[in-house]
Amino acid sequence: MAKLNLNREPMPRQDPKLRRKNFNEVALGYTAEQAQAEAERCIQCPKHSCVDGCPVEIDIPDFIKAIRDGDMPEAVRVLKSKNSLPGICGRVCPQETQCEATCALDKKEAPIAIGRLERYVADWERTNMQSMDSPIIQPAPTSKRVAVVGSGPAGLTAAADLAKLGHSVTIFEALHTAGGVLMYGIPEFRLPKEIVQVEVDYVACLGVKVELDSVIGKLVTIDELLHSDYDAVFLGTGAGLPMFLGIPGENLNGIYSANEFLTRVNLMKAYRFPEYDTPVKVGRRVAVIGGGNVAMDSARCALRLSAEKVYIVYRRSEVEMPARREEVENAKEEGIKFKLLTNPKRFLGNEQNWVVGMECYEMELGEPDDSGRRRPITKKGSEFTIDVDVVIVALGTTPNPLIAQTTEGLETTKRGTVAADEETGKTVKPKVWAGGDIVTGAATVISAMGAAKRAAADIDEYLRG
Amino acid sequence: MYKILLRQDLVPNIHLFKVAAPVVAKKAQPGQFVVIRIDERGERIPLTIADWDEKEGSVTIVFMEVGTTTHRLALLETGDFITDFIGPLGLPTHIEKFGTVVCVAGGFAVATIMPIARAMKEKGNKVISIMGARNKDLIFWEDELRSVSDQLIVTTDDGSYARQGLVTEPLKELLEGNERIDRVVAIGPSIMMKFCAQTTEPFDVKTIVSLNPIMVDGTGMCGCCRVSVGGMTKFACVDGPDFDGHQVDWDLLFARQRIYLDEEKRSLEQWQSQSGGK
Repeated sequence: MAKLNLNREPMPRQDPKLRRKNFNEVALGYTAEQAQAEAERCIQCPKHSCVDGCPVEIDIPDFIKAIRDGDMPEAVRVLKSKNSLPGICGRVCPQETQCEATCALDKKEAPIAIGRLERYVADWERTNMQSMDSPIIQPAPTSKRVAVVGSGPAGLTAAADLAKLGHSVTIFEALHTAGGVLMYGIPEFRLPKEIVQVEVDYVACLGVKVELDSVIGKLVTIDELLHSDYDAVFLGTGAGLPMFLGIPGENLNGIYSANEFLTRVNLMKAYRFPEYDTPVKVGRRVAVIGGGNVAMDSARCALRLSAEKVYIVYRRSEVEMPARREEVENAKEEGIKFKLLTNPKRFLGNEQNWVVGMECYEMELGEPDDSGRRRPITKKGSEFTIDVDVVIVALGTTPNPLIAQTTEGLETTKRGTVAADEETGKTVKPKVWAGGDIVTGAATVISAMGAAKRAAADIDEYLRG
Repeated sequence: MYKILLRQDLVPNIHLFKVAAPVVAKKAQPGQFVVIRIDERGERIPLTIADWDEKEGSVTIVFMEVGTTTHRLALLETGDFITDFIGPLGLPTHIEKFGTVVCVAGGFAVATIMPIARAMKEKGNKVISIMGARNKDLIFWEDELRSVSDQLIVTTDDGSYARQGLVTEPLKELLEGNERIDRVVAIGPSIMMKFCAQTTEPFDVKTIVSLNPIMVDGTGMCGCCRVSVGGMTKFACVDGPDFDGHQVDWDLLFARQRIYLDEEKRSLEQWQSQSGGK
C-alpha cells in the first residue's frame, strides 16, 4: 500500500498587508498542479464517509478521482449532478465541520481539502467551459409549475433541482438582484459577486425564470400564487430581519445592523461611493458586536473601507465563537482586534446624536447553557468604555414575518420561523414547502441547500403523485 | 425595467411620473410607497405612491429635486425607463369612517395626501384639507385636492397666494372651532409633521403622520429606517410609514435623517460637476 501523504496543499492567499486595503478575493484558489497533488492524496477509501458529511451528498471521491485522472469535464459533471452552486459552496461551506470532518484522513489531522478542490473544479468550469455546454440533462417537461420565493442558496437549489426534473419554475426575488445573502451579505473578498452571478445564470439556463423586485406578501400573496398558475410553492426567504441588542442608545447615528452595513457595501457597492450613489459611514474606530461569520465579514469590510481600528466585541471567549476558524484567522492576520468576554451595556452619544462610545461589561464563563457553550456571566462593577464612532451589530437574524403574516394557514414557531417537516420541508399548508433559514433560523448556505434539495425531491414526488 | 408612460412638471422642481407597473397598480393602497433605483449605480430611495390606475397598469409618483437621485430622476423623460420599481411597500393608511377628518399636506406631500383624502371621503368622512407651500410657484393640485375635500384651505409661507402663514394656523383654528374633529392626517416635511402633531396634542385628536427616514431595502431587512414611537423601536418600512404623531420621537428622526448629510452634499457636487448641472 502506498504511503499516506499527510501534507495538505495549502491555499494560496493574498498577503494580509495588501488584502486589508482591497476587496479582491483573499483565497486565490489552487493551481492545476496543486489541485492534482491534493487529489492524489485521496485514498479512495471504500466507505466514502466524506459523502455522509455533505448535506447535498456530492459524490466526493468520484469528482476527486476525475481531477486525479485529469478528466475535468467529468469532475464538473459529478459535482454539478448534486450541487448547482459549486463555486459558492467551495468558498463558503464550513467543510471542516462537514465533509472534511468525516474524511478518513481526518483522524490523521490531514483531511483532503475537499472544499478547495470543489472550488477548483467550479473555477475550471467557469474559465474553460461555457456554462451552456455543461452536461445538462434535458428532462421531459411535466407541465407542472412551481413558484420559488427567494433566490438565496435555498431558492436557487430548489429551483435548479425542480427544473432538472422537468418542472416549470419561477423564482420571485424581493431585491433588485438575485442571490439573496450571497449577494447582499457575503463580501466580495470572500465570495466574488461575479461567481454568484455565474451560478445564478446557470440556474436560469436550466429554464428557471427569475422575477426580480417582487416582494411576495405585498405584490402577490402565496395564496394568489396557488390560485393562479402554480401547483406548488417553495419558501426560501431566509432570515432577513436583523436582531438588535435592545440596550440604551442603539438608535444613535453610526450604529448599523450588519445587514444594513453589508447591504450598503456589497449589494449597493458603497465601497465605490461616489461613483455608486449609496454611501456608508466607516469611521475611524469601529466596533462589531458578535462572533459569527457575519461579524467577521463586517469587521473586515470596515477595515478595507479604511477604518483605523476595528474591534470584534464578543461576550464569550474565542473557543465559543460560531465563526469559521479560517475566517477568525483571516481577520486576525488583517489586524482586527478581538475584545473577548466583553458585552455592551449601553451606547454613548454626543449632542448631534452620533455614537461616540460604548460602555461594556467584562464577562466570565459559567456552566454550559442550552447551546452547549459556557454561559457568559456579567462581572459586577466591571464597566469600562471603548471609544467608537461606528458600531455594527452582528447578533444574528430572524425570518422576515411578511410571508407568515400574509399567508393563511402557515404555522410559525415562537422564534418566528416557519414550521416544516425536517425531512421533506413540507409545511402544514397544502402545496407549500419551506427550507433554509426561514425554517431553521440563521444557519449556513449549505444546510439551506440540503433542506432545499430534500424539499425539491418531495415536491417532485407530490407533483407526479 | 419600468417605462415612464408620462412625465409632467408640476412646478419647476417637482415632477410627476406615471410608471408602467401593472402588478403594483393592482395592489397599491393609500399611504403605501415604492422603492426605486434609477440604474445600476443608483441608490434605492422610497417614494410615496400618489396615484394608481389598475386598468392602465400604472403607478404615479411625485418627487422634488433634492439630492443626486432625484436630480438624476428629473432628467428622465416620457418613454424612458427606471431600472427598479418595487412595491407596494409599507402598511396602508388606516381608512375608516371617523367623522370629520382633517388632511394636512406640506409642500409636495399634497401628492401623497391625495389618495388618502379621496379614500377618507369615499368612506363617508367629511374631509377638510389644508395644503401649504412656501410660495405661489410651488402650488399644484389645488383643484384635484379640492375635488376630494368638503373644504380646502391653502396657505403660503410668504403670502404670495391664498392665506399667508403655516398650515398649523388653520389647523389650530379648526380644532378650536365648534366642529368636532375626529382625526388628523398630516404629511409633509418632518418639521411640519412635528408641529402639526404638537398643535393637535392639546386637543387630544389622534394625528397620523407618514415618516420618511432613510431606507435601503424597504422590506424590513436592514433597520436603517428605525424610528422610536411610544418608546419602542419600529422599522418605518414595515411597521409604518404611518405612526401616531403624538408618540414619535421627532428629535431622533431629525438626527437620523442627517446621517449622510456630508456624503449627500459630496455626491451631488460630484454629479453636478460631471454633468454640468444637467
